[in-house]
Amino acid sequence: MPKDENKPSLRGVFLNGILNENPTFRLVLGTCPTIAVTTSAINGLGMGLAATFVLIGSNMVISALRKVIPDKVRIPCFVLVICTFVTIVQMLLHAFVPTLYASLGLFIPLIVVNCIILARAEAFASKNGVVASAVDGLGMGLGFTLAMVLMGCVRELFGNGTVFGLTVFGGAFEPMLLFVLAPGGFIVFGLLLGIINAISDKIAARKAAEGGTKA
Amino acid sequence: MTMNFWLFMIDCILCHNFIFSRFLGNCPFLGVSSKVETATGMGLAVVFVMTLASFFTYLGYYYILVPLKLTYLDTIMFILVIASLVQFVEMFMKKSLKSLYNSLGIYLPLITTNCAVLGVATLNITSGYGLLQSVLNGAFGAVGFLLAIVLMAGVRERLESSNIPKCFKGFPICLITAGLMSMAFMGFSGLVG
Repeated sequence: MPKDENKPSLRGVFLNGILNENPTFRLVLGTCPTIAVTTSAINGLGMGLAATFVLIGSNMVISALRKVIPDKVRIPCFVLVICTFVTIVQMLLHAFVPTLYASLGLFIPLIVVNCIILARAEAFASKNGVVASAVDGLGMGLGFTLAMVLMGCVRELFGNGTVFGLTVFGGAFEPMLLFVLAPGGFIVFGLLLGIINAISDKIAARKAAEGGTKA
Repeated sequence: MTMNFWLFMIDCILCHNFIFSRFLGNCPFLGVSSKVETATGMGLAVVFVMTLASFFTYLGYYYILVPLKLTYLDTIMFILVIASLVQFVEMFMKKSLKSLYNSLGIYLPLITTNCAVLGVATLNITSGYGLLQSVLNGAFGAVGFLLAIVLMAGVRERLESSNIPKCFKGFPICLITAGLMSMAFMGFSGLVG
């Protein structure tokens, strides 16, 4: 295969999903599961991995079918493909990890309407090859998983005093129940977004300054 | 029955508000809530779609999928019903509510991927609701969504002119506001025992 085609490298595509275009923190897509299921780190991880599986699968199939699907009915076609993978995940989770299945509950079928997945199908998989799409799905999925686990850790730490079920603070710590309840989800997400914005602004400013001195 | 009806209504709108306690429909809630006018339009469209969707998904589930023993296809059936309903609402609005159609613009097709609509269809089935209760759950749930998005839009119009740290502008401050509103809504949770 010729290497000199004018398209981004696989590594770039992969890292793009995790850092530059992190679906949760940079694009702010898929907010519902981010707030709803991240009451503990393990739930966040489970949800993230389930979504990653669906993303990789749907990206690959859609990219393989991209020349067959007519432009006008592409959205329903994408949704059907995504739906198929979600049903597979739902059955697998139900069969092998019933406790996780129970705690994620309603939000497993709702992966279908997670905007990240449709957005990647539309923006990437329908324009790129199978391998690149799979890598994009993996990167985006891991980016999402990372964000979910981060949210889960923060909320579990303050709301329950544990991370992944392990006690972090001693017995004297009074858990702040608010963090695992609904308002905590919104507030933690808002604060994390704010902090990440601040950090990336700093980095951008530093890069601009470096560029200025070099030029 | 009348008493139950009111209790059910209050429960759907205030206690189990779709945005603040069930976390469904956050994307349009954050995306379309910058102006009260568009938020109202979006909310009303969701009320319409969610009520109809509850009705049709109920019929589809119990009269098509259950007799054929195809209940594992429920998500696929729900999303197809919802997508065609949204298409219908879009065509209807384009024809007779031109100004609203123009202001909602690209957000209308997004109702398809509004998890509140798919969520209510799934919830109706998993909670074992009857037809009437499903439709009411859809309608009142959507009214709760309308209430939340209009309130949020009102707050955001004020936020526009306030002095916020730069890194919190936009989504972060919205989410924190939503958190505070959600805390206020938690106060309602004792209303229905």
